[in-house]
This record gives sequence, C-alpha cells and structure tokens, in this order.
Amino acid sequence: MKKFFLALTIYFISINSLFALIKVDITRGNLDPLPIAVSPLHVDIQSVELKDIKVKELGNNISSIIEKNFKSTGLFNPLKKEAFVQKPDIAHLKPRFEDWRLIKAQALVTGKLLVKDGKLKVEFRLWDLTAAKEMTALAFTTTPSNWRRVAHIISDKIYERLTGERGYFDTRIIYVSESGPKSERVKKLAIMDQDGANTKYLTLGNELVLTPRFNPTNQMITYLSYFRNMPRVYLLDIETGRQEVVGNFPGMTFAPRFSPDGKKIIMSFAEDGNSDIYTMDLETRVVERITNHSSIDTSPSFSPDGKYIAFNSDRSGLQQLYVMRSDGSNVKRITFGKGIYGTPVWSPRGDLIAFTKMRKGRFYIGVMRTDGSGERLLTENYYQEAPSWSPNGRVLVFYRETKAGSKGEGFSATLWSIDITGYNERKLMTKTDASDPSWSSLLSK
Amino acid sequence: MTFNKNLKNILLVVFATLILSACSTAKKSGDIEGDVYTGKETVKYLASGVPDRVFFATNKSSLTTASRATLRKQATFLRKNKKLNVTIEGHADERGTREYNLALGERRANAAKDYLMTYGISGKRITTISYGKEKPVNPASSTLAWSQNRRSVTVKVN
Repeated sequence: MKKFFLALTIYFISINSLFALIKVDITRGNLDPLPIAVSPLHVDIQSVELKDIKVKELGNNISSIIEKNFKSTGLFNPLKKEAFVQKPDIAHLKPRFEDWRLIKAQALVTGKLLVKDGKLKVEFRLWDLTAAKEMTALAFTTTPSNWRRVAHIISDKIYERLTGERGYFDTRIIYVSESGPKSERVKKLAIMDQDGANTKYLTLGNELVLTPRFNPTNQMITYLSYFRNMPRVYLLDIETGRQEVVGNFPGMTFAPRFSPDGKKIIMSFAEDGNSDIYTMDLETRVVERITNHSSIDTSPSFSPDGKYIAFNSDRSGLQQLYVMRSDGSNVKRITFGKGIYGTPVWSPRGDLIAFTKMRKGRFYIGVMRTDGSGERLLTENYYQEAPSWSPNGRVLVFYRETKAGSKGEGFSATLWSIDITGYNERKLMTKTDASDPSWSSLLSK
Repeated sequence: MTFNKNLKNILLVVFATLILSACSTAKKSGDIEGDVYTGKETVKYLASGVPDRVFFATNKSSLTTASRATLRKQATFLRKNKKLNVTIEGHADERGTREYNLALGERRANAAKDYLMTYGISGKRITTISYGKEKPVNPASSTLAWSQNRRSVTVKVN
C-alpha cells in the first residue's frame, strides 16, 4: 500500500497567469458552465505495453476521467470529442486557437504521456483559447498503476487555475456499505475514490459499523463498531488494517471525529444513559471531559483552527446546535429557527457550519454562519442527514433514505452531493446501498 | 379480521361487517396513545404475563403509566428468578439523525433500567445497549411502525 503515495515529481514548465481572460466564478450557482475541450493525452509511440494496463488507451482514459470530474462540478461543460479540430500531439505543441474557438471552446486541455522503464511520465497544458495563451502546465512521473490519480491531480490543477480554489478530485470517500432487508441490514466500512472508482471493503460485515470519519492529516479512520456487542469508537489505519478501540470507557462511545490537527478524537460517551462530549489525545491517551450536562450532547465537530466545537444538544428540550470553546466554556446556542437541528459540521474554510434540519416531517441539509445567522437550506427530502465537506469547503456529501412500504420494501440508502450554492445536486454511484459518507483531504498536498 | 360466518341473514352480516371494520380502524389508531404505542403486535414475553418491552413518545425517554406497570411485572419476574441477568436494548425510530438516536436509545434503555432498580433489582444484573435506529422491529415507514420501534426491550442473557 505504500505505493499509494505517489512518487511524485512535479515541476512547473511555466505559469502564465497574466492576461488570462477566463475565470470560473464558483461563489454562486453557475448556470452558464465554461465550455472546455479536453483533448485525449497523446501516447508517445516509444511507450511499452503493460500486462494489466492498456497503455494505448491510457490517453483517452485519463482525459475521460478529467471530463467526468469537470462535468460533476456543474461549473464546466466538457465538449464532445467528435468536434475536436486538432490531433492530440499537435494540439499539445501549439493549438490553432481560432479553430478551437469555432467549436465554442473557451479552454483547452492537452497532454502527452510516456510509459517506459516501469514509469508513467505525464505532462499537460491548459490553454486559454480566448486570450490565445497557455495558462498552466505541469509534468510529473509516477508508477503506471497510479494513472487514475494522475487524472485526478490534473483535474485538481486545472480546477485550481480556473476557479482560484483548491480542487477536490484526488480524494476518497469512506462510507458505510449497506445490504440486506431493512430490519437486518449488514453494514461494512467501504472506501472509494471520489468518482466512485476503486471500491474496497474494510470490514466483513460481522458487526454493525457506523459513522466512519477521516483524519484530515493522514490515512486514519475513526468509526463506531459494535464489535463483541460493545459499541465503542475505534481507530483504523487503512494503510495497515490495524485497528484499536479508543480509550477505556465503561459504556458506549460514539459520534467520533478527529481534531483538525489529527491528534485528538472528539466523541460522545454515554454514562448511565446520559451522553456528554469527551476528547482523547491519541498520543498521551489523556481523556478530557468537555461537557457535563444532563441532556444529550453529541455530534461534536471542531472548527478548523481547533479553538471551537460545534455540537448537538437537547438541553433546551429539543435538538439544537451549540458552539463552545474547545475547553467546554462559553456554550452558546446558535439555532433558534423553527424545527430541530442535528449533525453540525464545521467547514474546512471555517466560515460555515453544515447541518441537518428536521421540520414538519421533512429533512433538510443546510449551511449557516458559525454564529447561526444566514441559514440557507440547500436540499429537502423525505430523509437525509450527515453532511460531510469536500476538502475545499465547496461541496457537501450526505446520505438519503427512501420511505419504505409496509414490509420494508422500497427502502434504499444512497449518497448525494450538492454545492453549497444549492445547485448541482448529484447522486454518487456506489456498488451497494450506502450511508454515513466522509470526504478525505486531498491525497497529494 | 374475522367475519361472522353465520350467513343466514344477509342484512345482519352486512351490518356486522360494517361494525367490525369500524371497530378495526378504531383499534388501529387506538394502538397509539399520545404518540406512544400501546398495542401488543410486536410484544414478546419474558414469562407468561410479563411483556419484554415498553414504548416511548417521539424524542422522549419518560415512562408512561403502562410502561411502569410492565416494568413492575419485569421486576417481580426478576426477583423470582434471582440468577437471571438481562440486557435492556434501547431503540429509536428512523426519523432522527443517527448519532442523536444512539444517545436517545441509551437514555431509553437506562430509563427502564433505573425503574427496575427502584423495584429492588440490582444494577449489576442489568446491562444496557443502544441500537439507535439500527434495528427496527417494524421496517415500514409509517406512524405505527415508528411507534413500535421507539422501545426498550429487556432480553435474558443467561
């Protein structure tokens, strides 16, 4: 699994940001996505064939993944290849800008690759067709089996250049895979690339598992497992498969998340029926009690600077959202709207809290400022909850359940994503039913 | 629904059917009182006359009069069977967030445990576990199913 980390040598060929005319505004729903042509990467004829990878098709396959990534943002409109006006190798050297403009493209991605000596060398360029300029270019070398990640890294670089925001394509999503009838669901931890590829199952389904969350700094997961019928928070290293129970609590621990520096776990511990919030330092193993209240305190989430904690409590009678300092002082209720609120999750940008809202039998995913003002409901459904942020704070992934019939038939659980603008709601394709998604940080930083 | 099999008088049968169906609808809604399930459909028994579960109102863990009566029967049963230990499973319906429901199930299980303890059952004989919304007894998405799923169930462990 070590090779998972790219042996990545990146060097900039040139950056020409002056005089660039195209820029994608992602601060509002984009009703006019940018037309972009993604040329297949030219495969160098000196490339050698490999057993498990079709090298001749690699250029096409990489550009298809880039197109799919762009399409999924709702911000770009990848143009059909039939209309392309130049061969990949020639376009990569020097596009005929006026011809590409004729097919209404505003940006063009070109590239080439070489597979030789067990290495994959890739370079790509992004062209501003309106200004007739190269906007960015990059070349790197990695192992051929990493070719999908190459496509995601190129996607991230282009997204960053065109939007001014970090990308989120070279990422993974961990979730709970579900199967079986509704009253006897089998649940396994599963992980996949952000685009649904490379699904792997991390547990066998022998015990109930819930709410996996990524460490924002490495490849660790924290989740709730009913191993030996004792619901406890666990740590799992997805590189080594090693797992351990977190702390030595005499009752249920649940609702775990990592602190932004990845060094602590924050979670609820239920003692004599009452749930309060605790942290445990993963190095020193020191446990700290953060809340001490006779109400249910759960779903804690740190602010990205680690100074504050948002959480869910029913101390006012019904579930509402609260924010406090990370030592538990200065508790402030932030939701006063009609309805009840759960699952507050602090944006990695620090400016917003995503949440689940329940009102009159309907469920909403929304965002609000960290003081509770500016509530915006993004999507309404029969049942949905548990938003998780893309690492750039632009997209939320969450899960939805359908209404079941009298025998539980018609029930499904699926993953969805939506931009924080409220636009571009999309179903994520998973191999099984799925719930409790958590988005990783960028794998290459 | 059982129909009167005496078909000698058709008018009487029609009349009886009308009454029966009226009764049956009334009974359905009568199975939920103020949001709490009061029926017997899903109930199992620890012993004859000792129901294994009690039901709760939405988002609540307080025990109703009927629930307390059930738990007193469980306490009597446990006093008679001194070597028996139990686990109380707390459950929630599917209409809440997963994590809150885990906490709520825990609170419900402990509400039942605490009540048994006030009737002299040692806390050492009772463990609790919350399953939140993970193990519905009725998988339907209906008011009736949700009321049946908001429950704590006392299970023998030995």
